[in-house]
Amino acid sequence: MSTRALLELQNLSTHYVSAKGRRVVRAVEDVSLRVAAGETLGIVGESGSGKSTLALSILRLLPPAARIPSGRMLFEGEDLLQKSDAEMRRVRGKRIAMILQDPMASLNPLFTIGDQVAEPIRVHEGATRASAWARARDLLKAVRIPSPQARLSQHPHEMSGGMRQRIVGAIGISCEPRLLIADEPTTSLDLTIQAQYLNLLRELQRAHGLALIFITHNLGIVAKMCDQLAVMYAGRVVEQGPVRQIFKAPAHPYTRALLSSIPRMSDGRQRLTAIDGQPPDLSALPPGCAFAPRCPSAFDACRAAEPPEIAGVANSRVRCWLAAPDAGRGKAGNGAL
Amino acid sequence: MARYITRRVAYSFLSLFLLSLTIFLFVRVTGDPTTLLVEPGASQADIDAMRERFGLDRSLWVQYASFVRSLVHGDFGQSFYYRTPVLELYLSRLPNSLLLALAAMAFSLLIGVPSGILAAVRVGRFWDRAGKVFSLLGLSLPSFWVGLVLILFFSVYLEWLPSSGSGTALHLLMPAFALGWYFAAAHMRLTRSSMLEVLGSDYIKLARLKGLPESLVIAKHAFKNALIPVLTLAGINLVIMINVAVVVETVFAWPGIGRLLYEGITFRDFPVVQAVVLLGGAMIVIVNLLIDILYAVIDPRIRLEA
Repeated sequence: MSTRALLELQNLSTHYVSAKGRRVVRAVEDVSLRVAAGETLGIVGESGSGKSTLALSILRLLPPAARIPSGRMLFEGEDLLQKSDAEMRRVRGKRIAMILQDPMASLNPLFTIGDQVAEPIRVHEGATRASAWARARDLLKAVRIPSPQARLSQHPHEMSGGMRQRIVGAIGISCEPRLLIADEPTTSLDLTIQAQYLNLLRELQRAHGLALIFITHNLGIVAKMCDQLAVMYAGRVVEQGPVRQIFKAPAHPYTRALLSSIPRMSDGRQRLTAIDGQPPDLSALPPGCAFAPRCPSAFDACRAAEPPEIAGVANSRVRCWLAAPDAGRGKAGNGAL
Repeated sequence: MARYITRRVAYSFLSLFLLSLTIFLFVRVTGDPTTLLVEPGASQADIDAMRERFGLDRSLWVQYASFVRSLVHGDFGQSFYYRTPVLELYLSRLPNSLLLALAAMAFSLLIGVPSGILAAVRVGRFWDRAGKVFSLLGLSLPSFWVGLVLILFFSVYLEWLPSSGSGTALHLLMPAFALGWYFAAAHMRLTRSSMLEVLGSDYIKLARLKGLPESLVIAKHAFKNALIPVLTLAGINLVIMINVAVVVETVFAWPGIGRLLYEGITFRDFPVVQAVVLLGGAMIVIVNLLIDILYAVIDPRIRLEA
């Protein structure tokens, strides 16, 4: 990749440690990712695969039980893990913003829209109330809220769900961040509003040149929105690379299973495949590859040791022994799913 | 909605009717008031004359019927002891009770709300544990004991505060503390749980994601939301404080309605006891009725059930 990374995670791990330290849940384990300026990275995986923990790790807003035992998070060349709490506060909302899973509940019911949209501008840029509110009005206009001036002095309960969603988007871009993390921002919306919102996010991204990390379990959204894709399973990134490359030739059996579980309008002949078994307990992982117990192509090496990240075609990387040049492919049969 | 309110009002009247019957019979179990009112060595004829004057010679049911008949006309009768209308007595003492309740409420909120917030913000840590001990003490130490300890310390030992009476702000301090003590603990516990719930909400997460300093997140975004249920409870508690201050008012000789009730019981002054208990009951019934109606206005499911 020739472009300089805006955000680069190097071997990042995030663990939840129980009160007495006896149970350790490895929610994120040894994750390395990069996002270039203006690019969109999609992160997909089942619930509990560590997507949201990864997002909150980047902003360092984890619950008290969480620890980041290892790794580096380079953002514009600075390691976010080395920053003090006060320095981190100046990053949040200003250089990295995030939209939460349920934007409907993200607005404080007791304060006006104007107050809540203008708040980060006042805190980060020391703007006066009047100028911050003028900016807030422009932001509402940018996210297509009709009669923005009147909306500023209204409260969240006076708005529809789709409008509140766009207001949360406006708060996200209010300080012109370089990176916006969207954690399943459309799951609570119906399909037409979902499509409108995704288009709006794309437009904002183009207009402001911001990088987007899109966390979702909807591969259709990934295909529409993202340039790069990272697939998470049990806290690890099992496969990453350009979206087109992965959709064309998924290298990891889990990715293949995910892709074949999307219903397609075009060919009705193929049956949908479900993935057998349950995701593993993150506090008691099997010794080898975490996906091995559910993997139709697993062989001895998979249960013995964890596969390393192996470079593939077109900057893609995969964590699977099948991709290793001499890992006893013969024993795995033809590796077909 | 109209049907629901009618039913609630009917229930309220039923409660008050049962309360009037109970208190009417209970005071008469305590004994004959005339023995306390006549001069020592009075003849049986004097006692009989006094019984007749107060209508105590009639049968219980006749007495009750005439009591209810007067009540309907807003007449609570004459005090046996003071020989003045009971309602006048009651109204002359009510401002003192209100003053004491307001001071106790101010104290309970001043202590309860900040300590509840501190406990929630530092959940599981030192201040939260200290708060738990405080609320346990607040809810379990009886107010007469707190009052006596206060008198012992501040009046007897330090000689800073007057031990009884009313008139100055200094007189108000200890009774307000003794009465507010329990409520401070109750308000602290509710503030803590309400604050914890708010702190777990998405809008607090978003406030932190905006990069706001933690002090602003707590003081602006969390505080106001957490306070709503606390203020609702405080409103109800104010009415309760006016009516449960009997022990505290007696310990500190505070001339409120609680002390009036205590005197009424001591002198077997039946009309006074009946009036204080019934009016206190009416206040609480009315507050509950208002809350029931407000809930029905807010939550349509309650309306349908009725």
